[in-house]
Amino acid sequence: MKTIADAFAASPNGKAFIPFITAGDPTIEVTERLVCAMADAGADLIELGVPFSDPTAEGPVIQDANIRALKNAVTTDDVFDMVGRLRAAGCTVPLVIMTYANVVFSYGIERFAAREREVGLAGVILPDVPHEEKAEFSEAFSAQGLDVVSLIAPTSHERIRQIAADAQGFVYIVSSLGVTGVRGEITTDIDSMVSLIRAANPQVPCAVGFGISTPEQAARMAAASDGAIVGSAIVRMIGEHGEDAVEPVAAYVREMAAAVHAL
Amino acid sequence: MANSPTSRGRFGIHGGQYIPETLMNAVIELEEAYNHYKDDPAFNAELTELFNSYAGRPSLLYYAANMTADLGGAKVYLKREDLNHTGAHKINNVLGQALLAKKMGKTRLIAETGAGQHGVATATAAALMGMECVVYMGVEDMERQALNVYRMRLLGTEVRGVSAGTGTLKDAVSETFREWTNRIDDTHYCLGSVMGPHPFPTMVRDFQAVISREARAQILEAEGKLPDAVLACVGGGSNAIGSFYHFIGDEGVRLIGCEAAGRGIDTWETAATMSTGKLGIFHGMKSYFCQDEYGQIAPVYSISAGLDYPGVGPEHAMLHDSGRAEYVPVTDEEAVCAFEYLSRTEGVIPAIESAHAVAHAIKLAPTMSPDQVLIVTLSGRGDKDVAAIARYRGEDLHE
Repeated sequence: MKTIADAFAASPNGKAFIPFITAGDPTIEVTERLVCAMADAGADLIELGVPFSDPTAEGPVIQDANIRALKNAVTTDDVFDMVGRLRAAGCTVPLVIMTYANVVFSYGIERFAAREREVGLAGVILPDVPHEEKAEFSEAFSAQGLDVVSLIAPTSHERIRQIAADAQGFVYIVSSLGVTGVRGEITTDIDSMVSLIRAANPQVPCAVGFGISTPEQAARMAAASDGAIVGSAIVRMIGEHGEDAVEPVAAYVREMAAAVHAL
Repeated sequence: MANSPTSRGRFGIHGGQYIPETLMNAVIELEEAYNHYKDDPAFNAELTELFNSYAGRPSLLYYAANMTADLGGAKVYLKREDLNHTGAHKINNVLGQALLAKKMGKTRLIAETGAGQHGVATATAAALMGMECVVYMGVEDMERQALNVYRMRLLGTEVRGVSAGTGTLKDAVSETFREWTNRIDDTHYCLGSVMGPHPFPTMVRDFQAVISREARAQILEAEGKLPDAVLACVGGGSNAIGSFYHFIGDEGVRLIGCEAAGRGIDTWETAATMSTGKLGIFHGMKSYFCQDEYGQIAPVYSISAGLDYPGVGPEHAMLHDSGRAEYVPVTDEEAVCAFEYLSRTEGVIPAIESAHAVAHAIKLAPTMSPDQVLIVTLSGRGDKDVAAIARYRGEDLHE
């Protein structure tokens, strides 16, 4: 099964476009179709959110998506089963889970990692697990050959070196202060964050997320790093279009991926 | 699965720092500042001065003679945190944190509140120290505690309603964390309980430990011996840990935390974390939480907005594991009866939160002998709850 590193390596120019969606929003069936459509539209790696009742790192758009998914009673097992169906149907795009510590902890960290490998997932992003707490999770994931992705924020400063040195898969650069959500402008000095990461760990790719919604922003962030991550802009479209979201999301991802791959 | 060896701030297996990377340097900076000032004589002198001349400490340890006679068992003493300025124990922690924040150069406080007591205390400290203040409060709680909302505004604080989730304390905590990630440089998150990421559980415990430091000396003075048990209500657990702390080493003293059972621990409408929760990770800490089999945090319920929280502080989780402290569930009905009982019997109207501890004392005292002694912490006064209790009893009374 493809790893996160494969996702960056397989991109036409080494730059990855990484969309995020919340699994089960609006339904698990639509999520399944969205993953296929986004892969076909050029997504290099897809972040699948397992819904959590209290997503403390999310802005209102993704909070609402979590609520919609949980209203549909979507569970962690439903998400694993859906990924299993996608793989059986021949969808090979690398997939990484994004969720919160308690979702993985309550499932059993080792059991979660084993199930990820079984269905063909590449790892996990946990926004409420900083570097100091990472080993509790990464031992079990590493044992399965899977990655626990680390995040670096504009406030990380001297922490960047250590986080990057221990990073697996890719480094998720949080572009701005605050929670997820579309931003008109990203003012953080991404270039100097990237050079600190690369100095500490030349092997691991890094991608920028939080606030990106336009092809111009995606191209600029991917040019400064190795990729661009887009969540809220897509989740908002899903919120607006519901079961009819597949076509507009695919069109949007095609445009965004093209902007990233044209660099 | 073991905790990470690099993790800080553990109480047994509990605690830690499960927060976004964006906040890590903020909590590290806070820990360093706290470690510096906690042993600084000038800081402690300043805080003691605020406690004594502004908050009205030391609080009384009051011998409840009528209650003792009526229950016909152990002697009951009430630790009167309800007599503090702003009417609850919350002011102890808030004065400590606001003073520390000021020393750190912060000019703005943000806080969550459930019943409104911590929000009012934070708004009060901000007014006193000339700091800007924003309090996050669930919309459900704003409805239940409308007077406290106005009180905070009167004190110059902006109150922001939180409609996400269940619109209660846990959602207010989540939203305050979100706001903190958005604005860190000039802002201190004045967390109201012994929860959240390290160093909050330790720091808030230390500021609240004044309760048991005083109570221990006061009971030795009054009775010439230590109490047989100390009772306090537990939501996040700050008044309870403050009441327990200086008695933890006294093996003969039973420590009893009274949780909000809501409509009963065999129903879904409960907030009794120790009785119904399981180990989890939420709001920055590993501890016990009310949650479903997939780790979704449960929409808990209690008549008391201040105990209506799905988790409990990590030090309580450790005291529960070791058996050093006991945790008992108390229902809405029992708490309301105790609220009415203490009002009638002693002329003291307790906060509905504190009434949970009174309710257990009413059960426990008669099983003990007259030469035994109970201390019950009255964490706050009940003025804020009068209208809600009247409605609970079927009266059409609104504030």
